[in-house]
Amino acid sequence: MTTQSTNSDFYFSTARDLRAKFDGREMSSVEATKAILDRISSLEPALNTFITVTPERALKDAEIADQRLRGTGQEPTSLTGVPIMLKDNFSTKDVETTAASKILKGYIPPYDGTAVQLLKDAGAVILGKGNLDEFAMGSSSETSAYGPVHNPWDTDRVPGGSSGGASAAVASGECFIAFGSDTGGSIRQPAALCGVVGMKPTYGLVSRFGLLAFGSSLDQIGPLTRSVADCADALNIISSHDPRDSTSVAAPFTDFAQDIDKDISGMNIGVPKEYLVDGIEPGVRAAFEASLKTLEDLGANISETSLPLTDHALAVYYIIAPSEASANLSRYDGVKYGLGSLDNSTSAQATEAARGEGFGDEVKRRIFLGTYALSAGYYDAYYKKAQQVRTLIRREFTDAFLKFDALVTPTTPGVAFKIGDKMDDPFQMYMNDICTIPVNIAGLPSISVPGGMSEGLPVGLQFIGPQFGDTTVIRAAAAYERATNWHQKHPLI
Amino acid sequence: MDPLTPKDVEHIAQLAYIKLTDEESENMRVQLTNILGHFASLSSVETDGVEATGHTTDSNTVMRKDEPQPPLDQEDVLRNAPDRDGEFVRVRPVLE
Repeated sequence: MTTQSTNSDFYFSTARDLRAKFDGREMSSVEATKAILDRISSLEPALNTFITVTPERALKDAEIADQRLRGTGQEPTSLTGVPIMLKDNFSTKDVETTAASKILKGYIPPYDGTAVQLLKDAGAVILGKGNLDEFAMGSSSETSAYGPVHNPWDTDRVPGGSSGGASAAVASGECFIAFGSDTGGSIRQPAALCGVVGMKPTYGLVSRFGLLAFGSSLDQIGPLTRSVADCADALNIISSHDPRDSTSVAAPFTDFAQDIDKDISGMNIGVPKEYLVDGIEPGVRAAFEASLKTLEDLGANISETSLPLTDHALAVYYIIAPSEASANLSRYDGVKYGLGSLDNSTSAQATEAARGEGFGDEVKRRIFLGTYALSAGYYDAYYKKAQQVRTLIRREFTDAFLKFDALVTPTTPGVAFKIGDKMDDPFQMYMNDICTIPVNIAGLPSISVPGGMSEGLPVGLQFIGPQFGDTTVIRAAAAYERATNWHQKHPLI
Repeated sequence: MDPLTPKDVEHIAQLAYIKLTDEESENMRVQLTNILGHFASLSSVETDGVEATGHTTDSNTVMRKDEPQPPLDQEDVLRNAPDRDGEFVRVRPVLE
């Protein structure tokens, strides 16, 4: 990983720049797609970001996109002809969907999820399916049954997770935009560890239909991109009210990019002190303090605040998310699809065997945790208690947003760690998400942008907004991006 | 909290329909006890009379009109079954 490719300007350009090249007839989508497929072939042995690559489909998508770009047929969109990756927990018709689990190996969905359908309608070129932690349960992309993903900044390190294939692919120029899911930080944390933009919109703005369910009250789809503008454009495509998801809502604004060029002079931004935890690495703290200075220079009013219940967020999350997961994953019974066990005498034994063999350690751990928290005698002490504290955490955020337009925190307490370092201690692994988890608990919008470097590795800066304040966090992130050059740093790969 | 016992783990395994090896069961017992220990602090939060949050949006049950829609393609669905017999999915006996 030592030499910078001569074509790096192309591989690291934004989707907006690529679209401008299409419009200017400098390049076609087919040419771009071929170049990206070559890049994937050369980098995959080192990175393992994809579980499935679909070159023939991608080139066919690109041919159709080129026709559309030339003005025959439908009006092109911001993503027409743009090569993208989908995390492999998105249901894709006729393309294997594994959620990085052995239990779904070979599963070919009979339908597209809503976000996938919207991206196809927009004319995006789908390159394939991104690697992840099994069923999106993890913070390092090491629990994949298809092998760990490697961070392009240092291939001995993790890319974060669970959307680690997505973040590593965007960071290394294997795609222009990737789409992931975020249950407790699974878009923002890997985006931070790979030096790209990642956003979890307000819960309900993107349909979850066709997203393989993990924690239904927490899961949200969002983009990973190389610029804040690309992120806003991508959200414009995938956000919709969907009758097939009863929790989906219509956005109360028409354009996620509407405020992207506005400055942040006079914006009130709070710094919740509980996010600057004891375990935060000195390099991350220094980068964060420098970012606060930048925001102040841009005219924002920065002041410290306190969200005392933050200390309980990890416990609340690791009760609610596994409880919901234990219910959601009960559908994997080895009967209608996935790994079956055919040599058992009863149905129950066959199911126990298929699940015992098909699920990996972390997924089993969470199912056990959730099953325990929901079981007779423990429900009130764990699950109900966690849901009540969830209400209090939401109130605490609501109160904070009476005073502040947005909150700003580090995205993670540390930079990317070495592969294997935290696999033996689940609780240490869970601590990676300490700054991102409260956002999912409250259903808020949040974006992570490249916010510095420490030890030669990227650091993320996280903005959190009030419910449906998506355009506010995008505005703050875009202003920060304009004032800094962290988003222009790319791994030498 | 008291450590989980092997019997506790066996009970959860039955509820979750997951077969564990002996080694997995013991690891699970140790790790769950450790993780649950970190959650004990929750009991210190005063929650009397506080409503539980299930979802952060005010979602209600949404009913669609009872109109027929195209179903999934039968072959597309059945091709995924581990044990298939023509138009049927074969399962093991539910009762011995």
